[in-house]
Amino acid sequence: MKTFTMLSTSGILGYGYAEESLRIGMSRQPQVIGCDGGSTDPGPHYLGAGTSFCSRLSVKRDFRLMLQAAVAAGIPCIIGTSGGAGGEPHLQSMAALAREIAREDGLSFRMALIHAEQDKAMLGSRLDRTKPLAKLPPLDAATVDRATRIVGMMGPEPIAKALDGDAQVILAGRSSDPAQWAAPAIRAGMAPAPSWYAGKMLECGAEPTTPKEPDCLLVTIEDDHLVCEPPNPIRRCTPLSVANFALHENSSPTHHVEPGGLLDTSDVTFTPVSDRAVKVAGMRWTPAETYTVKLEGVELAGYRAITICATRDPVLIGQIDDYLATHRAKVEAKAASFGVSAERYRMAVRVIGRDAVMAGWEPVKSVTSHELGFVIEVLADDQEVANAVLAMARTSLLHADFPGRLCKEGNMAFPFSPSDIPLGELYRFSIFHTLAVDDPCALFPIEYESV
Amino acid sequence: MPRIRDIAQICKSKNAGPFMVTIDVLFEDPALYRRVKATGVLNAALFARLYGVAEGDVLFAPYDTASAFKATLPRLVPAGDFGDTDVYGAQQHAPLLDVEVPV
Repeated sequence: MKTFTMLSTSGILGYGYAEESLRIGMSRQPQVIGCDGGSTDPGPHYLGAGTSFCSRLSVKRDFRLMLQAAVAAGIPCIIGTSGGAGGEPHLQSMAALAREIAREDGLSFRMALIHAEQDKAMLGSRLDRTKPLAKLPPLDAATVDRATRIVGMMGPEPIAKALDGDAQVILAGRSSDPAQWAAPAIRAGMAPAPSWYAGKMLECGAEPTTPKEPDCLLVTIEDDHLVCEPPNPIRRCTPLSVANFALHENSSPTHHVEPGGLLDTSDVTFTPVSDRAVKVAGMRWTPAETYTVKLEGVELAGYRAITICATRDPVLIGQIDDYLATHRAKVEAKAASFGVSAERYRMAVRVIGRDAVMAGWEPVKSVTSHELGFVIEVLADDQEVANAVLAMARTSLLHADFPGRLCKEGNMAFPFSPSDIPLGELYRFSIFHTLAVDDPCALFPIEYESV
Repeated sequence: MPRIRDIAQICKSKNAGPFMVTIDVLFEDPALYRRVKATGVLNAALFARLYGVAEGDVLFAPYDTASAFKATLPRLVPAGDFGDTDVYGAQQHAPLLDVEVPV
């Protein structure tokens, strides 16, 4: 029976994993090693700013050990959604890291960079081939024009093409999480259904295990099914841990829409094959009639500043809603006095201890805590205005009077000096659409280099 | 009467993309899952009521092979936009924990 084994090192490159897990995993002779580099999950900022949500130091550590292992074993090392969001600056920073590690460790390999950032003019000419997701409006030229950065989410085809091009290290820009795993498996002749499902299991490293922490996972595809097993002996895959992960970050439990088709998991079975390994079978793959690529884009919504403080005063806590309404009016008047009218900024005050987690969804309406925390957030068209209104909001929250006030020197404990934190650009997701394409590789040019 | 927190092994929420949040309840024991399912307590209407969203906006599905229920709702604020409180959507499960199930 033909089998294909893949080793995923962690949930996200830079989240860390045990070096011993990698060693044990490599001893099982996987045909591919890899790790997902990111997603939209940490929010729109990173795609807009072109930065990563993982530190360079932690990514370098995770990546270095993987490159050493891949070169020693002569197998491909594939990174999906490079640099966290998979745009051009993210891809280039990962490429620079690969070159740096190779230089420091005396490694050499053929590397492929698969670009995923999309050209606005190209998209503007294909608006009629786009469709909105998540109830967004249809994509129009103005939205494309306003976008700070737009990426396309590649399927397995460009990654398989880079393997055909003899690349050993593949840095993919934005890619569908399972695609980096489905690509080598399908290319090796494994059936699409278990190959895609294997990708869904591998996309977050050891998440389908218990205890669930960032670490390595081995998946072996055998004919029409797959077996998941963590290399780290302290972890186990159980039917519950694997089933739990099958529900991860997807709106439907049974229908997983991927570039080029649909993975149907309605009739999947989870069977333990040892006390640490689980066999998954019964998945189906249906190719789509039209190949679509998901587009993700963000636009600039302004500039933000925040501050953090807390109160321990029971008199104030007892009337907090009224106090915050008064505070809002005072900030508005004071901002107007220095020339910033209420239309020029937005202010949100999160009350930690009341509804800072669930906001409008919070069913508990009474405040029972002996202390309340506050995060004041101000958004404006430029940083100076955001900073100015935030500073006034901070002072007002500290010093405003309220009925029955005994704490005449100040209403808030501020844990930090400086108290005000300029957060810079606020980006928002503005494009979340699909684009129909004739060639799955056309939007994702590949560059090769010898490192 | 037992609550979800007394009988389920997993109850969690997470983003399903930047505009939706998905909530999962899993049971280790398939027999218990089937009894919970038979009560009909977990359905789209329950999630609509708990979260104050229109029932038509709740995508609800039991998933027998994993002994799980899944409900997906539109987020109040898109992930990371102004006023969002939970960028990862990881802490929106709590109202479900106290739902009583007559099993």
